[in-house]
Amino acid sequence: MNVQIRPAKTAAEIGLADLFASVRGSLPGGREVGAIRLDAFGRFATAGLPHARHEAWKYTDLRRLMRDAKPLAPRPDAGAKLRAGSAGALFAGLGLRRLVIVDGAFVPELSDLADIEAGVSIRSTASALAADEPILSQGSGAAALMNDTAVALNTALASDGVVISIAPEVVVERPIHLVFITTTDTPAATFTRSRLVVGEDARAVVIETHEGPDQSEYQVNAALDLVVGDGAKLDHVRMVSEGDAALHLSTLAAIVGVRASLREFSLVTGGAVVRNQLSLTLTGEGAVAGVNAASLLAGRQHVDTTLLVDHVAPGAQSRELFKAVVDDEARAAFQGKITVRPGAQQTDARMMARALLLSDDAVANCKPELEIFADDVQCGHGSTTGALDDELKFYLMARGIPGNEAEALLIRAFVGEVIDAIEREDLRDALSREMANWLARGE
Amino acid sequence: MTELLKIRGLEARVDDRKILNGLDLIVNKGEIHAIMGPNGAGKSTLSYVLAGKPGYEITGGEVLFNGENLLAMAPDERAARGLFLAFQYPLEIPGVATLTFLRSALNAQRKKRGEEEMSSPEVLKRVRALAKQLGIDPEMLKRPLNVGFSGGEKKRNETLQMALLEPRLCVLDETDSGLDIDALRIVADGVNRLRAADRGMIVITHYQRLLDYIVPDVVHVLSAGRIVKTGGKELALELEAAGYAQYQNEAA
Ligand SMILES: Nc1ncnc2c1ncn2[C@@H]1O[C@H](COP(=O)(O)OP(=O)(O)O)[C@@H](O)[C@H]1O
Ligand SMILES: [Mg+2]
Repeated sequence: MNVQIRPAKTAAEIGLADLFASVRGSLPGGREVGAIRLDAFGRFATAGLPHARHEAWKYTDLRRLMRDAKPLAPRPDAGAKLRAGSAGALFAGLGLRRLVIVDGAFVPELSDLADIEAGVSIRSTASALAADEPILSQGSGAAALMNDTAVALNTALASDGVVISIAPEVVVERPIHLVFITTTDTPAATFTRSRLVVGEDARAVVIETHEGPDQSEYQVNAALDLVVGDGAKLDHVRMVSEGDAALHLSTLAAIVGVRASLREFSLVTGGAVVRNQLSLTLTGEGAVAGVNAASLLAGRQHVDTTLLVDHVAPGAQSRELFKAVVDDEARAAFQGKITVRPGAQQTDARMMARALLLSDDAVANCKPELEIFADDVQCGHGSTTGALDDELKFYLMARGIPGNEAEALLIRAFVGEVIDAIEREDLRDALSREMANWLARGE
Repeated sequence: MTELLKIRGLEARVDDRKILNGLDLIVNKGEIHAIMGPNGAGKSTLSYVLAGKPGYEITGGEVLFNGENLLAMAPDERAARGLFLAFQYPLEIPGVATLTFLRSALNAQRKKRGEEEMSSPEVLKRVRALAKQLGIDPEMLKRPLNVGFSGGEKKRNETLQMALLEPRLCVLDETDSGLDIDALRIVADGVNRLRAADRGMIVITHYQRLLDYIVPDVVHVLSAGRIVKTGGKELALELEAAGYAQYQNEAA
């Protein structure tokens, strides 16, 4: 007899079940949404938290890393809103349209909702759910990801977020900044689901930042669904600089249409445990997707970037570049998988992962994979791990540049490739400043 | 004081192999010294030991630079005090724009010497003028340092760095290798412009050819980690005619 032995439930699993039971009646949504939530939580409860034997979570053993569940963060009060006012400071002064999500709740009075461009609609996820819109079963909630732990929990417990839709052919000149901030210094959890639909031939630039206080064991579970319509173009810049005790789980699920372009940039500098998962599905012929991601880690940080690129339509192109700089006892993990479906001829897909280890105790795990079911394709992947090049450092020092500055120059050069491809100089500069801050840490 | 560099009984090993074997050399201000010698004699090793490259163990002797103990200084400190090594094989540094590198180097040195940092436009102006003298396309300054540069372009770039940083002692390690005759002339002209009464130079070369353009005051033969012969510029011509065979087995 084949008996499946399930390990005993962890404190976090029990806590999550209690949490769901106590809050499900008060989460936004009608009967339909309630049923989707119940189903999602059921899937989580059956599978439990993933551990190292789950291939998709191989490097992030949540059973071990998520010690307990936290209560939902309270709705932001006046104090929380005040603290949230300075969030996203790195991008301040760039004229971005700020949409502010405090402790998991969209706060209109902190957001810039004036003069919204014709054809652009911005709503809170809570209001969409209250109208029983099926947004929880789309995007990350759709079949491919619905069994994922982070997504299942997000679907079950999402309380708010932002839903943006851009009508066909609308060019949104002013970048949109989704500012996520946690303000509570008592341990709390937030679950947000956001959705962005860029209509046919429309264009937009969206920045997303996540931050929160140090020494606060808060938990963030954020999911963003993107639909890039035929001929549309979206640049998405994401920065995670959560507090030093935070657990951050995020999911990005994107569908890229015919000759559409999605360029994704991500920089992770903060958070104790970060799992950044991205799923890109290229459903349109000639779609182009690029993912440039960098993690800068120190202390005992654990950051996992997991990427799935699914080439469904023929003639699409994808480029993935992942870089990690790892100091102290930190650990970076990268899993990337490119799937090329039988019909996806003339796919051109390339993935590269590089890690720079700054200390003997730093760890980088790397697992790039290709799964190809078409014969006329160009695919490749590679990975490298190494320390700073002493010869290069000596060359710089021989010109008078002090050792620590030489190292900073080389690290910046290593990561630079990831952000250099950002078209807008102001955004590039903002990420460079974050990098410079990281390099100057502890000084 | 006219003694710029004084090396006495210098011994150095790398990977447990003794490369420098009691080397003596004095370079006075205003002098150009050529160091010639067979491949493997230790010429590059000497230049790296002077510049402070990690991995070389000094097992004997001393080096005074302007009367100070050079070997106790970190490489960046040596550079700030005026030591410059033009590398035999200049390295490529992806992601660091040439101009950024030049500005960082110049200002790091100035800062260390307690001088005011130079503004970006001023640095750019100087670099542009030097680039023009050396026939370097200004577009190259925007490119990552030495990445995709030809051998000749790299050597010109080294010469540009040297001219910008205005060192007290220039050590040129086989600056002629990989240069065609036109490039050799341009680089030699650049070096000659730096000749000055308060500046010394050590020109390391395997061939006499470079010394037609950069005329030395003193010529040394380095073999098996020691200076085995010293003479005037005519020594270079003798070596060219007779080869290094007679020095191969010296002081093994
Ligand atoms: N890192 C090293 N490890 C071992 N041997 C070395 C190393 N570097 C140089 N050598 C040896 O030291 C000797 C001198 O080398 P080098 O200084 O480069 O000579 P030159 O520049 O005169 O041709 C050579 O025999 C070379 O093989
Ligand atoms: Mg040599």
